[in-house]
Amino acid sequence: MITDALTIVLTGTGLIFFVAGTVGLLRFPDTHSRLHALTKADNLGLGLVIAGLMVQVPSPLDAGKLVLVWALAILAAGTTAQLVARSALKKGQSAPDDEGMQ
Amino acid sequence: MIDSLFDLVLCALIIFVAFAAVSGRDLFTAIVFFIVYGLMVAIAWLRLEAIDVALAEAAIGAGLTGVLLLGAYGRFKNIDAARMGSWVPLPVLIVIALAATGLSAAVGVVLIALDPNGLGLIPAVNANIAQSGVFNPVTAVLLNFRAYDTLLESIVLVVALVGVWTLADNSAWGQRVGKTQSVRANGVLQSFGRTLPPIGLMIGIYFVWAGSSQPGGAFQGGTILAAVGLLSAMAGLFPPPRVNDARLRLSVIAGPILFLAVAIAGTAWGGMFVLPADLAYGLILAIEIVLALSIAITLMLLVLGPPEMTETPQ
Repeated sequence: MITDALTIVLTGTGLIFFVAGTVGLLRFPDTHSRLHALTKADNLGLGLVIAGLMVQVPSPLDAGKLVLVWALAILAAGTTAQLVARSALKKGQSAPDDEGMQ
Repeated sequence: MIDSLFDLVLCALIIFVAFAAVSGRDLFTAIVFFIVYGLMVAIAWLRLEAIDVALAEAAIGAGLTGVLLLGAYGRFKNIDAARMGSWVPLPVLIVIALAATGLSAAVGVVLIALDPNGLGLIPAVNANIAQSGVFNPVTAVLLNFRAYDTLLESIVLVVALVGVWTLADNSAWGQRVGKTQSVRANGVLQSFGRTLPPIGLMIGIYFVWAGSSQPGGAFQGGTILAAVGLLSAMAGLFPPPRVNDARLRLSVIAGPILFLAVAIAGTAWGGMFVLPADLAYGLILAIEIVLALSIAITLMLLVLGPPEMTETPQ
């Protein structure tokens, strides 16, 4: 009962972040601010959804797999965001300077 | 109630995404929707409890095909993307539309004709699984009862690679496959390429190994291994192999050849593809492992594309 309530609250909050990220992706003006909306909101959104699911799984092993999914998604999203951002910089889609970007 | 609501929403989304993929004027949009379509269909297979098919659809249907399409799109850059939409003449479009409608109607008729309470071939598979050598009924069908189909699928991959390599320019033949990768040393991509392979290797090998008793197998595991290899190659961690490397070519055909050899050896036990029950487990495992490696390397080479480097990289 309490776990169900926890799941609903956590996944519900996570979905709000997904919606916010999607709205940002659609409405923000240039590549970099769109990336900002996506990577921040999606990672947090997915994290909350995973947290909501973790209280439902029967064993710590399953919970570990869920955490791994989240960690891999963050890693991949962070990397692709960097690559897309640098590619956009080179094409001059926003911000003036390529130097100093990691 | 909530379950069927979920399924209805999923079906509606699949139809919407499929329509968006076909009707999208812009080629890039169409590709993106096609990838989303593959993921949605994978979820649908999960809902039908066909985990093996879901894995294959997600890995190959959405992931690998998506990457191949994006790669092809990259090569189309010089072609006016807007022109692609109106490129097909109207009579051809009408013929395509009629053919697609006819095909969909035929599939629909076949589906409706199925007995809704029927078990299909499940009883037949369950009755014979003891002789198949494996415990996963899907693997039993794919590598024993209907090994024929799987063998041809693995050969199709080799043929596809031959097709891709025929696109190579004469001057590039003998060079390393793919384009020269421009990667910053110790940059984000290289760090990523060093972090992910251990996890990917573990999951890929597990999928191949688990195939005999659980969902998994050569194609699903091979695709993950291919992704690991691709990531490492794109991150510049190892130079891609040369297109005329004999070991490379051998590793591409090793899987299909072993499969074919076992199939022909079956004639000694009563016919093509006949596996004796006591040897079946070992033979299937050997085929799965070698086939997974061949599939992984072939898929990787398919994505990397024909040799295009103008000079030998560092």
